[in-house]
Amino acid sequence: MKPKKWSLALQWILTVIMAFISLFPLYLVLINAFKTHAEIVANPVAFPIEVYWQNFTTAWKTADFGHGFLNSLRLVSVTALIVLVASLPAGYVLGMRKFRGNRIVQIYFLMAMTVPVQLFLFPLYAALSKLGLIGNVYAVCFIIAAINMPLSVMLMRTFFMRIPVTIEEAARLDGASTSQLLRYVIIPMVRPGIITVAVLVVLNAWNEYLISSTFLQGNENFTVTLGYLSLNGGSVTHDQGMKMAGALIIIVPILIFFLSLQKYFVDGMTNGAVKE
Amino acid sequence: MVNRKGKITDIVLLFPALFISISVVLIPSIQTIYNSLTSWNGFAAEKTFIGFANYLEIFEDRYFHIAIKNNIIWMLLFLTIPVCVGMGMALLLLQRKRSRNFLQMIFLVPYVLAPVVTAMIFKNIIYSPTSGLIHFLNELNVGLDLKNPLTSREFGIIAVAAVDMWHFWSYLMIIYLAALRQTPADQLEAARLDGANFPQLFFHIYLPNIKPTVHLMSIMIVIFSFLAFDYVNLMTQGGPAHYTELLATLAYTSAFSERKIGMASAYSVIMSVFGLIAAFFYTKASMKEERD
Repeated sequence: MKPKKWSLALQWILTVIMAFISLFPLYLVLINAFKTHAEIVANPVAFPIEVYWQNFTTAWKTADFGHGFLNSLRLVSVTALIVLVASLPAGYVLGMRKFRGNRIVQIYFLMAMTVPVQLFLFPLYAALSKLGLIGNVYAVCFIIAAINMPLSVMLMRTFFMRIPVTIEEAARLDGASTSQLLRYVIIPMVRPGIITVAVLVVLNAWNEYLISSTFLQGNENFTVTLGYLSLNGGSVTHDQGMKMAGALIIIVPILIFFLSLQKYFVDGMTNGAVKE
Repeated sequence: MVNRKGKITDIVLLFPALFISISVVLIPSIQTIYNSLTSWNGFAAEKTFIGFANYLEIFEDRYFHIAIKNNIIWMLLFLTIPVCVGMGMALLLLQRKRSRNFLQMIFLVPYVLAPVVTAMIFKNIIYSPTSGLIHFLNELNVGLDLKNPLTSREFGIIAVAAVDMWHFWSYLMIIYLAALRQTPADQLEAARLDGANFPQLFFHIYLPNIKPTVHLMSIMIVIFSFLAFDYVNLMTQGGPAHYTELLATLAYTSAFSERKIGMASAYSVIMSVFGLIAAFFYTKASMKEERD
């Protein structure tokens, strides 16, 4: 069946419209990051008359992105580490072994995935403030890791399920112990799964708002997103140019991260939601 | 056969994930359910048990009715607009063999941005009547007089949901596309030989094949519609005059602004019940999906 010419043209028009809708707000960020506030008020869609770099230095200083990046890097790396260390063995048990409680554990994780953060947020806040851990980045890592745990375990599980049982049996016959089996046979085979989970968790932790804004009090504990939010506090400033520059500073690293690991990202999103 | 030693190994391997989840999610959730039956303020040593008084007060509350209405509007918007746009674009990308990856990448860009950044971009440079696109359109002198949609009582919630939909729709597109691509080639070939046009192809071949995925995603949308929080909290804080409150923002402000933990807990439990009903169907659907 050959598509008609007008049908093909219509398809491309729709595609271009959706691409425009997706990218236009980012175009506005990009051009306005280089303009003065007065220039933005005069015309927010025009190109800058001359490039005004100062927005970036002001944004960097006002939002304290130096500390922000350091805290965000701590947050994403420790969170991803916790999630990987815990979800890898759990995914192995759920995906490859005939564990009796398998179904119950899976139902538990599916339920935990759909519970609102507000259901456990308040007792958690009370407990952490008693322990003096409000503002502690590592405590927040632990919480965000827990929130990402169900999805990560279920994802890991699907990667383990792809491994043929015969490989495990063969290694067993050769006298391999469970730890040897994991290290030399299984882990190398689920490496794409490990990267996929890491990519998704890093992105989630980097973008996280509710937990970090609740627990990371005190400017020195702010992540980049919280630092950026502080630029928008009503009384601070109305300088839109600086706000757009601040947005660009956060958007660029995550876009580079996404574009370079796109394959794993898409894999992680579709896995589990679509049967193979 | 699973021997005893194997069973212990399984439990040890499952322990870290379960421990982290149970200590952060399960135990505090149970505490919240209990707290919802008390008038606890968050720091007093005593928790006074008051039965279902918090719930009765909430059911009478005007803001609760606004919030429920907004959560339902949110759900209906998400079940229609992103589902249709996502499906439509997935079908378009299905035809594009060479440009598919590139287009997919462009559409996914909004999805990877932080809600904080997305919310502030829309608030400052699109919706703002002093510096945004709204301002620019009003200045064009073509008779437009647009107001900031975020300060509108009727449309505030839709303006916020629009931002979240802008962020979310491509996720659905990716999922639908992955499902569409698994449609058996022989079925498609047979339909083509019968001279089926595209609508026939979609309704008789594609849709039945991806039905489980569409079903699963719809349940997921229902669940997340009752958990929505970030964009409202970032863009309107529930205003103007509480007209954009959602259950989640009411729960949050009762806890952290009014220090009524008992009340906040009751809100959270109500949210969870909505989620749980959908989650029940979600679990059933995803387990069924796996068996098939």
